[in-house]
Amino acid sequence: MVTATPTSARSETARTRRPRSSRATQRIGYAFIAPVAIGLAAFYLVPALATFGLSFAEWGQFGGWTFNGFENFATVFRSDLFWRALLNTIAYLLIGLLVLPIALLLAALLNRPGLRGVSVYRTLYFIPFVTLPVASGMVWKWLYNGEYGLLNEFLGLFGIQGTYWVANPATALIAIGAVQVWTQIGYYLIIFVAGIKAIRTDVQEAAEIDGAGSVRRFRSITVPLLTPTIFFCSVINVIATLQIFDLIYVMVQSQAANPAFNASQSIVTLFYDTAFVDNDKGTATALAFLLAILIAALTAVQFQLQKRWVTYD
Amino acid sequence: MTDATTNPAPTRRRGTARGTRLGGVATHLVLVLGAVLMAFPFVWQLLTALKSQAEAMTVPVRLLPQEWLWENVARVFEVLPFAEQLGVSTVVAIARTVGQLALCSLAAYAFARLEFRGRELIFALFLSVLMVPSQLLILPQYQIIVSLGLLNTVGALILPGLFSAFGTFLLRQFFLGLPREMEEAALLDGASRWRIYWNIMLPLVKPALAALAVITLMNSWNDLLWPLVVNTDPTVMPISAGLTTLQGQFSTDYPVLMAGSLLASLPMLVVFILLQRQFVQGIALSGSK
Repeated sequence: MVTATPTSARSETARTRRPRSSRATQRIGYAFIAPVAIGLAAFYLVPALATFGLSFAEWGQFGGWTFNGFENFATVFRSDLFWRALLNTIAYLLIGLLVLPIALLLAALLNRPGLRGVSVYRTLYFIPFVTLPVASGMVWKWLYNGEYGLLNEFLGLFGIQGTYWVANPATALIAIGAVQVWTQIGYYLIIFVAGIKAIRTDVQEAAEIDGAGSVRRFRSITVPLLTPTIFFCSVINVIATLQIFDLIYVMVQSQAANPAFNASQSIVTLFYDTAFVDNDKGTATALAFLLAILIAALTAVQFQLQKRWVTYD
Repeated sequence: MTDATTNPAPTRRRGTARGTRLGGVATHLVLVLGAVLMAFPFVWQLLTALKSQAEAMTVPVRLLPQEWLWENVARVFEVLPFAEQLGVSTVVAIARTVGQLALCSLAAYAFARLEFRGRELIFALFLSVLMVPSQLLILPQYQIIVSLGLLNTVGALILPGLFSAFGTFLLRQFFLGLPREMEEAALLDGASRWRIYWNIMLPLVKPALAALAVITLMNSWNDLLWPLVVNTDPTVMPISAGLTTLQGQFSTDYPVLMAGSLLASLPMLVVFILLQRQFVQGIALSGSK
């Protein structure tokens, strides 16, 4: 996604005062960008356009394709699996958003003046994010195990009857969504910690002198001044969760007989199945295209809504 | 959270001190609880990895292994071509990282400093690539790999990831932020553009290169969907995809699953511990993974 580096605006203006651009410089410029430009064109731009075109085509078994209008989209819309996967994906998205308040709260706590062990905490919180998602999925699947899982053992201490968390259609999605949150906390924590650090300390101090307690300072100063960062994280988080795949694949999919299969599939796992298990490339292309539209639409909606709650000073 | 700063004025000073201490304790309590939640799954992964299969599946659950079976680690290498897969992951991660750093920095320098026709348009096209979700590209990319005859090769894993619009964008921002004086002096001295790029500019963006490097390493190591699509032969799978094949055959051999998943995530953890600063900077700079 697009990032903001503070340098861009400044040097954009400085650039225009250079008249020197000989033919040789031009050639060097093209030569320097050629490797990436060719690679991006071949592997990204052309494929993106191809997907657009091929979502309106039927793919031949051995290559080749014929135009078939909106047939692929009709197939997708007629499929119960698609609507189920769409609803599931939205559910993952909503659960996934919980990472923002959690990370924000932890970041606020980590920024307490004079707190010891900040770097230790930060390291520990960040580890799940760098851990191979496949490995995290396996560990959590084991913790969630219905018979020998540690979670049920722990709940048993309080007399709570556990379940087969990732095989029970009622709990699988929530259980996987929770792991998704767990893996992402460290990432947003780092962004929020940096964001809070950037808030001018004189504002904080003035509020403290005025007698505002730390909870109140958090609510009335930190959060409002941090809304641009929160907005940015929310956009990134929505885009990432809409593409959830690894954890579902590891925790549910590889067990074809899992009763919670349909209750936990996302659009991307459905895409993978359609394209590479059922080998129905036309329908899969339409699915991918719809996902891209969904991502673009939800991002656009967020950009619209930001005017109501994001404060830029 | 308790905080006594809202106490009435007379007791305020003492109240604040006590309140801060109390608040400090509460803060640590929350943070420690969180840290346990974050770290404990890995402890459990290790403890399970060292148990016998029978012991892992006993109720009530035993926390520590009766016998610490370090040979479980060796068993991972028997049930999977684990060494090959670690090798594939390593080669792919390094190739993609080195390739991206070299190619992206070259293009980024050109976009930031060299004037050529169509520059803005080409850069806009680069940016548009950033907006496209990877699933949209997978099928056509797969077709390209098929037609190049690269299915089930390490090349298939490296190739699309060698080119990065994100990397180019990130580095361009850095190049734009550098002062021009040194470069112009070098130009007057007759240095070539290549020398300026290599000897002057590149060393100046080292922090950005390091940040891009760790992010690329991590993404490459953790990638699952693309390897599943292009490499079905276990000996040329990276470790991420390789691990998933364990689940089918050894779905109840939890010690082996845990030992394998632990070993597979270890290299990235070591990189993270060693290069924490770069990781944090990479996250702060980037916005995306």
